[in-house]
Amino acid sequence: MKRLLRYLRQSLIQTILAPLFKMLEAVFELFVPLVVADMIDNSHLGTQYLLTRGGLLLALGVIGLASAVTAQYFAARAAARTGTLMRSDLFRHCTALSYTQMDQTGISTLIQRMTGDINQVQTGVNMFLRLFLRSPFVVAGAMVMAFTVNAKAALIFVAVIAVLFAVVGLLTKLTMPLYKHNQSRLDAVLRAGREHLTGVRVVRAFAREEEERHSFAQKGEVLFAGQRKAGHLSALLGPLTYVIINLATVAVLQVGAVQIDTGILTMGEVIALVNYMSQILIELVKFSNLIITLSRGMASLSRVNDIFALEPPQTAGQSASTASCDAPAVELRNVSFSYHGEGKEALRDVSFSLGRGQTLGVIGATGSGKTTLIQLIPAFYPASSGQVLIDGIRAEEWDSTALHQKIGIVPQKAQLFSGSIRSNLLWGDETADDAALWQALETAQAADFVHRKDGGLDHELEADGANLSGGQKQRLCIARALVRNPEILILDDAACALDYATDAKLRKALKGCTQQTAVILVSQRIATVRGADQILLLEDGEVAGLGTHEQLLQNNEAYRELCVLQLGEEALG
Amino acid sequence: MKRNSSQKGLIARILRLVLRQKGLIAASLLFSLGYVVLTLAVPVLTGNAIDRMIGAGQVDFAQIGKVLLQILLCVGAAALLQWGMNAVNNRISFAAVRDLRRAVFDHVTRLELRVLDAHPTGELLSRIVTDAEQLSDGLNMTLSQLFPGVVTLIASLVFMLTISPAITAVVFVLTPLSLLLARFVASRTFKMFSRQSEVRGQLTAYTNEMLSGLYTVKAFDREQQTAARFDEINRELEGVSLRATFFSSLTNPTTRFMYAVIYAVVAVIGCFSAVAGGITVGGLSAFLSYTNQYTKPFNEITAVITELQNAFASAARIFDLLDTPAIQEPTAQLPEARGAVEFENVAFSYHPEKPLLRDIDLKIQPGQRIAIVGPTGCGKTTLINLLMRFYDVDNGVIRVDGTDIRTVSRESLRRSFGMVLQDTWLRSGTIRENIAYGKPDATEQEIVAAAKAAHAHSFIRRLPDGYDTVLGEDGGSLSQGQKQLLCIARVMLCLPPILLLDEATSSIDAMTELRIQKAFDEMMRSRTSFVVAHRLSTIRNADVILVMQDGRIVEQGNHDTLLAQNGLYRELYQSQFATQEEL
Repeated sequence: MKRLLRYLRQSLIQTILAPLFKMLEAVFELFVPLVVADMIDNSHLGTQYLLTRGGLLLALGVIGLASAVTAQYFAARAAARTGTLMRSDLFRHCTALSYTQMDQTGISTLIQRMTGDINQVQTGVNMFLRLFLRSPFVVAGAMVMAFTVNAKAALIFVAVIAVLFAVVGLLTKLTMPLYKHNQSRLDAVLRAGREHLTGVRVVRAFAREEEERHSFAQKGEVLFAGQRKAGHLSALLGPLTYVIINLATVAVLQVGAVQIDTGILTMGEVIALVNYMSQILIELVKFSNLIITLSRGMASLSRVNDIFALEPPQTAGQSASTASCDAPAVELRNVSFSYHGEGKEALRDVSFSLGRGQTLGVIGATGSGKTTLIQLIPAFYPASSGQVLIDGIRAEEWDSTALHQKIGIVPQKAQLFSGSIRSNLLWGDETADDAALWQALETAQAADFVHRKDGGLDHELEADGANLSGGQKQRLCIARALVRNPEILILDDAACALDYATDAKLRKALKGCTQQTAVILVSQRIATVRGADQILLLEDGEVAGLGTHEQLLQNNEAYRELCVLQLGEEALG
Repeated sequence: MKRNSSQKGLIARILRLVLRQKGLIAASLLFSLGYVVLTLAVPVLTGNAIDRMIGAGQVDFAQIGKVLLQILLCVGAAALLQWGMNAVNNRISFAAVRDLRRAVFDHVTRLELRVLDAHPTGELLSRIVTDAEQLSDGLNMTLSQLFPGVVTLIASLVFMLTISPAITAVVFVLTPLSLLLARFVASRTFKMFSRQSEVRGQLTAYTNEMLSGLYTVKAFDREQQTAARFDEINRELEGVSLRATFFSSLTNPTTRFMYAVIYAVVAVIGCFSAVAGGITVGGLSAFLSYTNQYTKPFNEITAVITELQNAFASAARIFDLLDTPAIQEPTAQLPEARGAVEFENVAFSYHPEKPLLRDIDLKIQPGQRIAIVGPTGCGKTTLINLLMRFYDVDNGVIRVDGTDIRTVSRESLRRSFGMVLQDTWLRSGTIRENIAYGKPDATEQEIVAAAKAAHAHSFIRRLPDGYDTVLGEDGGSLSQGQKQLLCIARVMLCLPPILLLDEATSSIDAMTELRIQKAFDEMMRSRTSFVVAHRLSTIRNADVILVMQDGRIVEQGNHDTLLAQNGLYRELYQSQFATQEEL
């Protein structure tokens, strides 16, 4: 809510003026029944009089239109601005989230918040600015006007407004939880559908289509029952308000009849009272729609705020530094790390030192902490204890851009973006020329297939590189990192989609062009890391072995077992 | 022109769908007719009452009492009918969306994988969920607003005519003006809205891409550029959305203005007429409230028509999917297979312009273990797609136990196969349900035995609820390796005569794999098995190793004979054993 107000303050003038103009419109509308009453009661005063009154009605209409249009414009302005600001902030917030937070929340949720929910908030703001003052004002105004006509009849207005608010409030209160419930039932239908589509091969392999149909139909049935229940209840709103208003009209007529009989009221005035009553009805329908829109908007707002409430990790480092000395390129000293500052440590007491031109192989099972380890090097996360030193300076103390410039990272999941192959490679270095790009592609074993694509470097990639095979994507990602001419090259299981032959060629080529580069190879394959200067064996976040292939083979049981499994007994010689 | 005729066909089709609930539709129409007429009668009665209170001492209380009673009766009946109408409409539209969704889902389960693979999951889902919803909303609006709106329009005209034909004529003349205005606003709005959803789509796509690739964005320090591009689209959306919101919000003020104009004209003419005795004061009051009633439906009808456009577009997408031919299933059953598999001259491609598999000839004896190796993209996984009949061959024949697999039902064919894929799909539900997925009537002992065989038992037991642990969507918080173990247990429970393992152990850590390999060996004994794997230990023990390249089997034999051949297999093998010097 505070956040929303902050956005609204950005378009303060519109935010204040929109409801005011809306009220202005309402004021002019409220005069109409009075003018008409006057016309009816004084119709004997002649043509001239009636025509000027008619003109007055028209003028009220024109002024009402003008102020309404102005109000709508201001409301739309303020709402669009708010939505835009919120989206922009949320996007930046999302890019600051940690990977764990993203995984826990889920990309599809984030996108839903970014689009559907913020749109809902935007609509809510728009409707709020337009109607929230207007509706109560018209209702209250109609009541005040009724008092100016006749106090006794106006008391009926007071009573009816109280009853109406009670009924509308009660019904909304009863139906809201039902709607919420139905939303989760609809989500269940959606989930069932998605689950089926993603697992369609398994479903068919086990010939379980019939059960899937049945279970989907059942979820649809549950949703149907829920919708019917909520529908029946909300179907009461219209008839109930209609009955209440008309009971009140009857009461007004009854009271009016007595008052006319005693000469206190005129016919025209009774008609005005009846008209005010129907204005209340019309406004009430709008108001209850507004309540629905607003509560949807509020629900969306709180969902958006849930995301804002996720605290992005403390990104390290502000103080710039480019100093370089004879220190090793990467050094870890007794580093421990846990993702949320507490709980189970993902890394415990890890130390190693890697010089320029050297290669470190990191091997271990899934979940052993390999990826966590390499994420500490570009200071994506700060170490919980111990030191991560890059060129002898703590990673947290580096200016993050300067630090990232040194590092070429190839993530586990090959990620490319829509655009040409060239524009993707330029992420590595905006200033690289084509020759540099081709050289990187050559090393990454990607030059051949890029040559074969229409347009070569200008070949357009679909979002997420969907028009490439997994292996091709990985090779382009490697090339992208190489374009940067990194001082530290990190390959996080980056060749897992490549077959052994291509993998071997790639490693050979990398060896050739990274004389001055510190390379970190993360893999599950012994074959990938066995040629490294040092191999770090990770088990459950702890160093289970560090040394060359030969050293480990001799004195590390776990490593040996791994080799037997992957390479076969005889390969160990 | 074509669009027009297809639009007509579309409407006819939607009508057929809706008319399945004939009784309810008739009830809805009847209720709304009654409700509208009664609602419209109330102002006449109110007018009557007013006419009986001319001035001081001239009030006919007896008559007024009667009229007021009539009003109460009308209001009560109208309210009941309206409630009935709402309830029936809800029922009709909710039932319609339920049935439609079910029909679409059922159809999807019967579609060729070729069709499903051609559509992104999100798109199919939005047809099942969103489009069906949209169609139902359109239906609901038509029933609850369009029909009553039209009735109100006509009935108010009739009532107005009975009060004063002359003033009605004036109102009638002013109507086209207000229609034109509404149309202008609506057409503008429609354009703005389509533009808005276009830009929204761009923004969603961009957000999706960048958030999915966030890691890379961070690693390459592209947060600024990424956010800058986002802001660009976002700003465009702001402008478009401002216009769309503004134009759509003009509908109400403009029609309200038209109403004000008509109201003013009616008031003036009405007063003249009242002076001349052509209309009573109560009649004028009733008339004024009709002009209100009469202009209101225009708003609603315009809104419904916009909504209907959306509903039609959704219906077209749904019907498009429903019209895609479903699989035709032969009734013949494949008896319990012994496990002989034969490929004869098989050719296949996903896209006709890109041939994938060619000249595949293969004869496999029951119980043989076949390993498939080759570079990425050479067609290994495709062989499995063909064996399971997820796709059908373009040319040639695949036989199981001598039977052409296209002549038996897919279900009976697939019962003979057990499949573990690299992609670990689990159903949301308990672990027990997942293991028993292929054999829902399995006993507790069988389930535990399968889990033990797959080395999943120990980690399952450590979970807080053991076998009753409920897995969320896509396996919830289990690790990739644990999910794969459950997939293996799922197959271990069924033990069909032929096994297909496509990188089945790729996510399992080395230690567990070593143990599982033994279980696999056990399982594969006396069963025909096809194994796609990178790891040599899995490949080496195979009876037949198929080396594939560019869609063909280029080498075939066991480990030793293939090594001796000095071909592609040897190259692949050696690359895995690349020595220090080679690096």
